[in-house]
Amino acid sequence: MSSFFLPAATLWQRELVRFWRQKSRVLGVVASPLVFWLLIGYGSNDLGRFYSGALVLTVMFSAIFSTISIIEDRREGFLLSMLVSPAPRTSLVLGKILGSATLAWIQGLIFLAFAPLAGVSIHPLDLIPVAAAIFLISFTLTGLGFVIAWRMESTAGFHAIMNLLLVPMWMVSGALFPMATAHGVIRAIMWINPLTYSITLLNSLLGLPNAYPGAFTSTIVTAAFGLVLLLISGFMAAQKSTRSAA
Amino acid sequence: MIEVKNLTHRYGDRVALSNVSFEVKKGEIFGLLGPNGGGKSTLFRILSTMMAPTSGAASIAGHDVERDPAAVRRAIGVVFQTQSLDKALTVEENLRAQGHLHALSGADLRERIERAMERLGLADRCKDLVETLSGGLRRRVEIAKALLHRPQVLLMDEASSGLDPAARRDLSRHVESLREHEGVTILLTTHILEEAGRCDRLILLHQGSIVAHGSPGELRARIGGDVVVLEVADPQAMAAAIEERFGVHPSVGDGQLRVEIRDGHRFITEVVEAFPGAIDSVGLHKPTLEDVFVHETGASIE
Repeated sequence: MSSFFLPAATLWQRELVRFWRQKSRVLGVVASPLVFWLLIGYGSNDLGRFYSGALVLTVMFSAIFSTISIIEDRREGFLLSMLVSPAPRTSLVLGKILGSATLAWIQGLIFLAFAPLAGVSIHPLDLIPVAAAIFLISFTLTGLGFVIAWRMESTAGFHAIMNLLLVPMWMVSGALFPMATAHGVIRAIMWINPLTYSITLLNSLLGLPNAYPGAFTSTIVTAAFGLVLLLISGFMAAQKSTRSAA
Repeated sequence: MIEVKNLTHRYGDRVALSNVSFEVKKGEIFGLLGPNGGGKSTLFRILSTMMAPTSGAASIAGHDVERDPAAVRRAIGVVFQTQSLDKALTVEENLRAQGHLHALSGADLRERIERAMERLGLADRCKDLVETLSGGLRRRVEIAKALLHRPQVLLMDEASSGLDPAARRDLSRHVESLREHEGVTILLTTHILEEAGRCDRLILLHQGSIVAHGSPGELRARIGGDVVVLEVADPQAMAAAIEERFGVHPSVGDGQLRVEIRDGHRFITEVVEAFPGAIDSVGLHKPTLEDVFVHETGASIE
């Protein structure tokens, strides 16, 4: 038992300690979505409509920054010694994803402190489901980052994927415009985009507009997406390399 | 302790290892010497269970690296060429995380960390962040980390690269004492001759194949006598002239002529007198591992 949980716990803890020692990272991750949100929100006189999208962007940035470190870490870093240790691969994957997800979650919670600006007032009791939802979204996006980063040879490739896949995915998730008024093929894309359900989940819990299909369905879809990504991550990490890159 | 049989590895069409076989006995310090790209790193990655070979087999402490990587990982400690420490953590935190990866915890782990740090002379640095340590100290922490679970075999990849000569000697001393006091079997890759010379036995790898193996002394003895190095204006012409006159075959490289010959001192006086004014400089030395490598492959290690 301890041979499974101890490695996962130590990786989780490592992420938190590193984060704590580089507090400036928080600023970088929370600041840009905050600026985007305030600019677009004030400009269109509708801060509430873009709030959930900005929160998801915060979480997404954090998840990307954490998982991008896998690429360097594996070539020269701590990940190397993990790979030649007897700790089960699944335990390492779980520890890394939970650690990074926790960081994304903390930054999502920091962003949540700005909710009153969006005209959202959260009852202290409602904080629990909202915080849980943000954790679920953090976990899912970290899983997505992990799946992308694991096979990558360079961080440059990750940036390309971020610009060509992750940011567009966020744009058509209801973060900027709701599915109800979207046109043609974009609407279909939004419907199959798993990120759409992260936005509707937050909207429905925060009492913001564009919450269809509601908290329950959104939670199911987001959780299912996260689970699939976790399974893929575990499977990929268990594969043995035959390539030249370490 | 380590057994490698007919190991071959290809990256696409490129052959990185070709039919390599050798054995390392318990308690030996065994070296893989060769130029970069010679196949050392490929062999190292296979032995450390990071990569599966194309064909052939390797086992460590009786466990096959491909069939039972988990057992091999328990038996080996690995020191990488690149840094595997987390710079944002302290020395002690790094070691503790490593212990957890090996399912060590509590008083046992604390005691092991203390002992490892003492053995490698790190006791006063345990609370320091790794990023504040010098290259030599970091290497020692890497070794302490690799030994924490008391492996039977220590694998080290170019462990002394990037260290100054003093730090390198210091590292060798620690490695030597590990073998002596803990009976650890050590396999190291290197392209540094001085380091290779301190191994009990070594193999010379060139273009993926073993070109020679034996103790440093045995390898040097392959070259009968001395090595004379001549610097001349026209090496090719001089090589032909020397061959005609003395019946030896000089090898040419880097604008130098190299002659392997018995009684080198006598040869020097003869050759200088035979070609007055044509020789810019003359050197004589006992054979080195570099000479052995040149002798076997015609290429240089560095």
